Amino acid sequence: MVEFLNVHGSELVTKTWEQLYICTIALVLGVIVAVPLGILLTRFPRTAKIVIGIASMLQTVPSLALLALMIPIFGIGKLPSIVALFIYSLLPILRNTYIGMEDVDPVLKDSAKGMGMTTIQSITQVEIPTAMPVIMAGIRLSAVYVIAWGTLASYIGAGGLGDFIFNGLNLFQPDLIIGGTIPVTLLALLVDYLLGRLEKRLTPVNQRS
Amino acid sequence: MKEEDPILVYKDIAKIYRGGNVAVEHINLTIHKGDFVCLIGTSGSGKTTTMRMINRMLEPTSGEILYNGQDIHKTDPVTLRRHIGYVIQNIGLMPHMTIYENITLVPKLLKWPEEKKREKAKELIKLVELPEEFLDRYPSELSGGQQQRIGVVRALAANQDLILMDEPFGALDPITRESLQELVKNLQEKMGKTVVFVTHDMDEALKLATDIVVMDGGHIIQNATPKELLSHPANKFVEDLIGSERLIQARADVTTVGQIMLKNPVSITPGRSLAEAIRLMRQRRVDTLLVTDDDGYLKGFIDIESLDNRYNKATSVSDILNTHIFYVTDDVLLRDTVDRILKRGLKYVPVVDAAGKLQGIVTRAALVDVVYDTIWGDSDDTDSETSDEPVIKNLDTDAPNDKEA
Repeated sequence: MVEFLNVHGSELVTKTWEQLYICTIALVLGVIVAVPLGILLTRFPRTAKIVIGIASMLQTVPSLALLALMIPIFGIGKLPSIVALFIYSLLPILRNTYIGMEDVDPVLKDSAKGMGMTTIQSITQVEIPTAMPVIMAGIRLSAVYVIAWGTLASYIGAGGLGDFIFNGLNLFQPDLIIGGTIPVTLLALLVDYLLGRLEKRLTPVNQRS
Repeated sequence: MKEEDPILVYKDIAKIYRGGNVAVEHINLTIHKGDFVCLIGTSGSGKTTTMRMINRMLEPTSGEILYNGQDIHKTDPVTLRRHIGYVIQNIGLMPHMTIYENITLVPKLLKWPEEKKREKAKELIKLVELPEEFLDRYPSELSGGQQQRIGVVRALAANQDLILMDEPFGALDPITRESLQELVKNLQEKMGKTVVFVTHDMDEALKLATDIVVMDGGHIIQNATPKELLSHPANKFVEDLIGSERLIQARADVTTVGQIMLKNPVSITPGRSLAEAIRLMRQRRVDTLLVTDDDGYLKGFIDIESLDNRYNKATSVSDILNTHIFYVTDDVLLRDTVDRILKRGLKYVPVVDAAGKLQGIVTRAALVDVVYDTIWGDSDDTDSETSDEPVIKNLDTDAPNDKEA
């Protein structure tokens, strides 16, 4: 172990950083797109079914295939990986946002409207805070997916911890495989933990358990 | 004044859904400032629809609603709603906001300064008799009744003149409900608010309303004061809604003294001698004589005790006349009279007309009739016996001696 760190230590740090970097951008983009889209969709229930259907379909495309499909469009490197991971991150966030917003007690919406809130005020001051735990659950799920699948991004030259794993596979060196896998797992756990903390902060006091 | 300033006018309002489902139709209604209007009906009667059109939560298909003389269709719905209080059945407090934030929600939307909001919140929480510490709590930390108290004052926070309430107490236990009904009634009377209140509970409507609007199948069946509604239900539906039991019970509420008094009470004029008085008492088996002048105006009374005490010294009725007498006019509600008779321990109350002429007398025996009718329904031939005997017995054995002017 110490030996492994001596040899690969600095590389490990760089690769972990790469992994984190790719995944974070993909996830942030996912949140930026999927959350507003999910909210918007609650206003158009019929469109919602179609959009969520499409997102579900994208989710079923094998991840490796999706990455490969990005090459003709974006070439190789970080960009196609980020786009592919972004597409993967969409569905859990979109679906949870939609469900969370749909599940907001209609009484609260009626009350907010009846007291004279505009639609935007009702969404930002009542519906999002109330739906926050469900939305955050979607984001956490996406984060773990994206970090885990991010290892595959090395296949199209994005770098990241996947490089260790693929090298290990090619060179029949199990220590490289394990050396790549453990940091990915730890990274996923860490990000999930941090997002969990954030979720708690964002969850209305009354709903915290 | 009341006729001059209707706060709300419905002009031939209809709400018809696609496919021809009629929610309400031909709604014409005028609500004045300070009215407490209860919309009552079974579910599907259109009462909630009728109410929700006021703050444009629903738009009528045809007709117009005037709020303070203005067609609400031409006002901005958001502005309109901020000026109309709104209380709903399931309380609708925001669970993620503190009580303070909940109460000051509308003032915040209206961009009141923080100081003014704080002041208002303190004032309102005092109004509903909850401690100020509650302002920092969350709704889930309060009981259902406490939450709905907050729900009620939240509707007052921006000094709204018109408050809409949609079955606000439906989900509460009877005791809590009663205390909240009292709270609402008090606030409404004290602050001169106009309230439109949807309910399916006739007791609630009778208790709170100044006007009751009975709805069925999307139409207004009857619009009347509680008193009118009880005395003249428009049709069988209204009667059923009120319930036969309540109609009988309500009789005491709407019966006037004049309707149940015994006419031709035993009376005497002041000029007559005491000998005549005692003869009359013996003959009619009473211990008290009401004294009227020659034109029939009530002057006072004489009773057997004073007559006995002063028989040797006095000669005429006027010498022992007791002018401290408690009486009622014949248009007073029986309910009020009953209270007084029972509370003061009076054996009888003379009834006079507006001018002061003696018309009759209400005795405890007459009350027996009323109670009997309430319990057993309309009286039949047996009640003549029950009414006569106690009169004589009462007046024979007990002397009224605690009269007041």
